[in-house]
Amino acid sequence: MSAQGRQQTTDLLPEQVRAEIDKWIAKYPPDRQASAVMAALRIVQEENGGWLTPELMDAVARYLDMPPVSVYEVATFYSMYEHRPVGRHKVCVCDSISCMLNGSGKLLAHLEEKLGVKPGEVTPDGRFSFKKVECLGACVDAPVVMIGRKYYEKLTPAALDKLLSELD
Amino acid sequence: MSDDSLVTIEIDGISLKAPKGAMVIEVADAKGIAIPRFCYHKKLSVAANCRMCLVEVENAPKPLPACATPVTDGMRVFTRSPKAIAAQKATMEFLLINHPLDCPICDQGGECELQDVALEYGGDVSRFSEGKRVVPDPDIGPLIATGMTRCIHCTRCVRFGEEIAGVKELGAAGRGEHTRIGTYMAHAVTSELSGNVIDICPVGALTARPSRYSARAWELLQAPSVAVHDCVGSNLSVHLYQKRVNRVVPRENEAVNECWISDRDRFSYKGLERDRLLVPMVKEAGEWREVAWEEALERAASLLKANAGDGLGLLASPSATLEELFLLNRIGNGLGSANIDHRLRQGDFRLDAEGVALGGLGTPLAELSRAGAALVIGGNPRKEQPMLGHRLRKAALAGGKISYLNGREFPLNYRPHAVITAAPGRWVEELAAIAAALFNLAGGEPPAHLSPLLEGVEIGDDHRRIAESLVEAERPPVLLGVQAVAHPDFSWLASLASAIAGASGGRHGVITEGGNGAGAWLAGVVPHLDAGGGRRSRPGLDARGMLEQPRSAYLLQGVEPSADCWDPLVAGGALEGATVVALTSFDTPELRALADVMLPVAAWSETSGTYVNAEGRWQRVRALAEAPGDARPGWKVLRVLGNLLDLEEFDYQSSEEVADTLRALMEELGSANDTVPSLPGMRRLKGEGMVRLAAAAPYRVDGLVRRSRPLQETVDGRDLALRIHPDDATSLGLAEAELVLVRQGEAVVSVPLVLDEGVARGCGWLPAASEWSGRLGGMIAPMEISAD
Ligand code: SF4
Ligand code: FES
Ligand code: FES
Repeated sequence: MSAQGRQQTTDLLPEQVRAEIDKWIAKYPPDRQASAVMAALRIVQEENGGWLTPELMDAVARYLDMPPVSVYEVATFYSMYEHRPVGRHKVCVCDSISCMLNGSGKLLAHLEEKLGVKPGEVTPDGRFSFKKVECLGACVDAPVVMIGRKYYEKLTPAALDKLLSELD
Repeated sequence: MSDDSLVTIEIDGISLKAPKGAMVIEVADAKGIAIPRFCYHKKLSVAANCRMCLVEVENAPKPLPACATPVTDGMRVFTRSPKAIAAQKATMEFLLINHPLDCPICDQGGECELQDVALEYGGDVSRFSEGKRVVPDPDIGPLIATGMTRCIHCTRCVRFGEEIAGVKELGAAGRGEHTRIGTYMAHAVTSELSGNVIDICPVGALTARPSRYSARAWELLQAPSVAVHDCVGSNLSVHLYQKRVNRVVPRENEAVNECWISDRDRFSYKGLERDRLLVPMVKEAGEWREVAWEEALERAASLLKANAGDGLGLLASPSATLEELFLLNRIGNGLGSANIDHRLRQGDFRLDAEGVALGGLGTPLAELSRAGAALVIGGNPRKEQPMLGHRLRKAALAGGKISYLNGREFPLNYRPHAVITAAPGRWVEELAAIAAALFNLAGGEPPAHLSPLLEGVEIGDDHRRIAESLVEAERPPVLLGVQAVAHPDFSWLASLASAIAGASGGRHGVITEGGNGAGAWLAGVVPHLDAGGGRRSRPGLDARGMLEQPRSAYLLQGVEPSADCWDPLVAGGALEGATVVALTSFDTPELRALADVMLPVAAWSETSGTYVNAEGRWQRVRALAEAPGDARPGWKVLRVLGNLLDLEEFDYQSSEEVADTLRALMEELGSANDTVPSLPGMRRLKGEGMVRLAAAAPYRVDGLVRRSRPLQETVDGRDLALRIHPDDATSLGLAEAELVLVRQGEAVVSVPLVLDEGVARGCGWLPAASEWSGRLGGMIAPMEISAD
């Protein structure tokens, strides 16, 4: 790594972030530090207020000695990584088959109307953003919505409204 | 292969023996049983993501992908059963759902794997009536055109980057239907092998940008040829449209280039279209006049005759054909001049006096990929000889310990064993330290002529590690790169390399320039050896010598002095004052200024002839394209010239006849001697002051490459700036400078500056054959850098 590259990496990945990533690197055999990429992206994303920038992904790539494009691949494959700013509460609506059959479309339309933004956008007050995601693995209770790290199941638009009103 | 490593399987009722662990598709391919596929490629890892190769296997509940199903004893496979065909057809239908089916406007149409397979397995009516996905086309540089809506996500291009090119630049971003192949962040790809993704992409998503929309595949004629821009001699298929080269693709030869070629070999043909000299011309009273061939040749002959003897110098391009080179040697001999050379960018010729022949690699190319260790001295094969670099990379990936001694840390696409980075003035010491470490380890006495040099050298960890790796490996190659050859103490480096190879049981070799450097040695285009390798009784002047001690006349064969010679300033000076007859494919302002007669000769692809690659492989090619205007094959021009000069034995009817004459001569003389017995003369370059370090920039190596616009527009093509270490820049007060003045002797040129931590302190990388270096001095020689 060039001196400049090193400098950029330290600027973008502060001490405690690197320490956190190092814990994950330690879980894998030496030379397999790239295996920590998902954890690293999650840590970096959290530190950055819930979303990733190309510069941050590049910093992760440098830190884990990976081709940048391999990091982009991972970061664009999984829906938990964000590439635009998100609201304080990120509402993830499952849109896969079971939820779709049980009315996820209605939830999405409702959210769009209620919040006045499209999927991927943030409400002007910064409170909410919402997006479609793939199967959340809770199909028995479709339709499913994840807000933050919590699952809410068998939702209707009314139930969703209630949920949202309880959030700050 | 012993029998227990084989299993017996049956494919479509045919019983076959197959190596254990082989995939069904490999076994079927070997037998010529067709299984459709998109993602599988024999040189890439198995991805098994397209599912086109589904076949029925007895007792398996579902069809299995043939590319990812290892054979087992007694396995019965059906590639054409109703179940297999149903699976293949279903896959095809899925693949076509999002494909635009725009074959009429797609450059791949007519040679498209998707088209071919769809013809066999696709339905004629689509059942899909929803909207198809559309993907914007990223700009990934001047060589590759993208049409990403057509992509079927086979990831061959991605795996190629990772596994073969060794730089992963393309990736699959997104997921499912939203997957997009690209660089994600917009940039041009930089791999020197990038063009191969055009061939392996099974659809029209990645096509050749320089030839796009210029012809349909079925309008092209394919003919075999050989690449001439480096000593590998990659095998090519040239695709001709109306007798002109329309594009170039690899021709498979596992021993030479496998199934790949470098971007340089693929796109250099674009240079054929520019600056061509169409008619013979003579200069009279400073005015150029177009003349008929007879007049031009007679004029050339009389000028040469008038300067016969030691006053004549002959310089040839190392990419000329063997026949041209051989006839040039004959003309030199006939006119009594041994001042003949092809080593235009060599810096030191003192080994010539020993009768040494250093024209070969010493190790077959295929063996390089199996090297347990190797040492490269003064070279960057990755960019300079990409397919040779690829071999070394393969060796490294297989555990080989590849080490480098260079003046600059060139970015590598694998992890080297050790890299010693030192200014050129220190290369002799560094190499001596490796040699000393080696003799300590392996025992034995160093050759007497080296002992003084090895005594008291400081042996560091890297020297020792390199020495160890060489001792442990079997027959490690010790390779002198083109920068070592350009070094003013090349003879010392070669002497040490030869001793190192000797002591480690390896072989030393030289990575020669051009496509026929090895051929030029055989053809006697060196001042100390005659055709066939015999020593000349009266050696002549070498490429530097005959320019530093100007002759009265020169015969140039495909040489552009300011770009091709070691010291353009000296070359220009010598030629300016002399009579110059130039055989050239290109009409250049420089030749117009320096020459007296210009004879238009056919370029690569337009002439028949033989090229000898670095491992000594003779490769004969036919004339394929039509030479423009009145240009004639060089060998014919030289033959007529020989006749006009009344020289004996110049009545060859074909280029084959010329080559055969040479071969017979070689058999008579036996093989040449490449051991280096001594350490001639004094050191010329020591570690003081700023030294310039250079090789020809990869896309400037010869006239054809230099004229290929697409290559010039690439990242590598534009990488011509001066590079120095940031600390050197600081001590020179240039840390902020973008343009600086470089001075070599009388010459002062303003060049762009790039700071690069990889460059050794005390030297500056400034490649040859750029617009700046054509006005400078020696390639590896002192220089001064100051603020502009
Ligand atoms: S661009 Fe071509 S090679 Fe690359 S994934 Fe798409 S279809 Fe395959
Ligand atoms: S489909 Fe929604 S949770 Fe599985
Ligand atoms: S070729 Fe076998 S799955 Fe693609």
